[in-house]
Amino acid sequence: MSEALEMTATITLAEATQFIWAEADLLDRLDYKPWLKLWTEGGKYIIPTERDPADYAEVLNIVYDNKVMREARAKRLLSGFSMSSAPPARTVRTVSRFVVTASGYDFIELRAAQMLAEYKYGHMRFLPADMRYRIVRAPDGALLLDEKIVTLINAEDYQFGIGYLL
Amino acid sequence: MSDHDYATLVREDRVHTSLYRDGTIFDEEMDRIFKNTWVWVAHESDVPVKNSFKTSWVGREPVIVTRDREMKVNVLLNRCRHRAASVCEKKKGKASVFVCPYHGWSYDPDGTLRKVPHAAGYPEDFDKSEFPLISLRVETYQGMIFATFNNDIEPLVDYLGPARKWMDLFMKQGAGYGVKTLGEHKFRFPGNWKIQLENTTDAYHFPIVHKTFLDSLDAETENVFDVLGQGGWVEDLGNGHSVMVMIPDLIDLEDNLDAPIPDRFAELAQELRDEGHDDATVRKVVRAVGGSGFNLNLFPNVACSMAFFRVLRPVTVEETEIMHVAIGMDGGPAAGNRERLRLHEHFQGPMGFGTPDDAEGWERVQRGAHAGEDLWIMLNRGVDAPAGVAEPGHNAGDVSAETGMRAAYQQWKRMMTA
Ligand code: FES
Ligand SMILES: [Fe+2]
Repeated sequence: MSEALEMTATITLAEATQFIWAEADLLDRLDYKPWLKLWTEGGKYIIPTERDPADYAEVLNIVYDNKVMREARAKRLLSGFSMSSAPPARTVRTVSRFVVTASGYDFIELRAAQMLAEYKYGHMRFLPADMRYRIVRAPDGALLLDEKIVTLINAEDYQFGIGYLL
Repeated sequence: MSDHDYATLVREDRVHTSLYRDGTIFDEEMDRIFKNTWVWVAHESDVPVKNSFKTSWVGREPVIVTRDREMKVNVLLNRCRHRAASVCEKKKGKASVFVCPYHGWSYDPDGTLRKVPHAAGYPEDFDKSEFPLISLRVETYQGMIFATFNNDIEPLVDYLGPARKWMDLFMKQGAGYGVKTLGEHKFRFPGNWKIQLENTTDAYHFPIVHKTFLDSLDAETENVFDVLGQGGWVEDLGNGHSVMVMIPDLIDLEDNLDAPIPDRFAELAQELRDEGHDDATVRKVVRAVGGSGFNLNLFPNVACSMAFFRVLRPVTVEETEIMHVAIGMDGGPAAGNRERLRLHEHFQGPMGFGTPDDAEGWERVQRGAHAGEDLWIMLNRGVDAPAGVAEPGHNAGDVSAETGMRAAYQQWKRMMTA
């Protein structure tokens, strides 16, 4: 393999960070249509109800979305007919404390921290979470989400209704 | 004693708004209702083997549900008899002894005080048998465990009465394997517990609040969930219990096993066939996976709702915690239980396609209830009994009738004025 190809294929932390920040920005702006395009065909968006299950597919999650479910979810949130998201809460999130946990020719895996503040009807709520990302490079060079796991700090405890994406 | 005249706050077709707002009424409800009747605490599969436990609540009081060495289920106040520390803060697990972390008093799973460290420091007449963890009266039906502080009330089976028939039908979603819990979503909403109690047999809101859930289904499934258009009904089962039949075709999951398998379960059916299950089992499992076509509301704190248990816990007069417990087949095919989990996630939980909209509606009720001084909550919808479906002699109305709420508030009134 030529050196040049390898350099374009490897995903640097800086690239991954920029990608994750752009994703966070889309979500805070409720810009779900371009967000749907950030995913691989088989990508999984998971928000668990336990800290570290052996297999997410075999346990109950808050969200366990494949492509079809993500599309349905975005459609629901944008429809204007869902009482909990019309009007939606305002959110501001930051993602930081990145640690690369694995990387290879065309992928990178990271963990990170997300601090999200939600505001609606006079309530201010905080939803801190541990994040895990698997990001891959598509043949056209773009980065795509292959897995995003949002483990809320209180994943196993009670939540309030959440009418937006984490 | 309070100076409220509770009887005047509940009429046949309306209840007074103070029932959502008044902290004095709430405190009395905790005593007169939650300390005085059968309260759901767990399912038997939460404590499947000896020395397994789960923490839970009876009203505002934390309890531990345990299975002791004799396989007997106990419900124990989660409070050390020494100086009151909670003895268990885990959600569930296994423990052959509960050791209080403060001074080390240790208790058996049946509550017996086993050991006291440095026992020599106590007077000679100190008798350990006087200080077990406090046990509540416990009875079970169809695997559902209920506890009560009241030793004198009627047996659980009598309290449930005609609701038992519906519990029997509901458990058929175990497809013959029995039912077990698969996990739970917990969420809170800033509102009174009775707002949630009302919701479980409120089909009137379904097509409006859950429009985006309906839109996310395929056409065939959307028809199934056309709950107002299928000849369903609501029936008062006595003692505050009620059933709302939304999909009459799915009352008895052992009927119609020859019906074509719905499209949405075609993949599951194939997976089950590939695993070597015969056609009869495949049909039985597939039909069970979709859940029952009714919501059974058991006063005061639990419902058997289509495919899950819905448990409410009053926290304060204006805060309520809800738990939606996913259930599946105990020992049944893994593919079937996986499908149950995905269906549960689709509607339920803090980010489901249904729950946040319900929660928003309930919050709006509580917010709105602060307007006005002397206004009433109307429960007057649906007076005509539907033909030939409910138990003869039962009070019943069409599926969107508020019969279930009226039943619950009449029980509320009986208990609050007793
Ligand atoms: S409070 Fe439990 S041993 Fe002292
Ligand atoms: Fe609802």
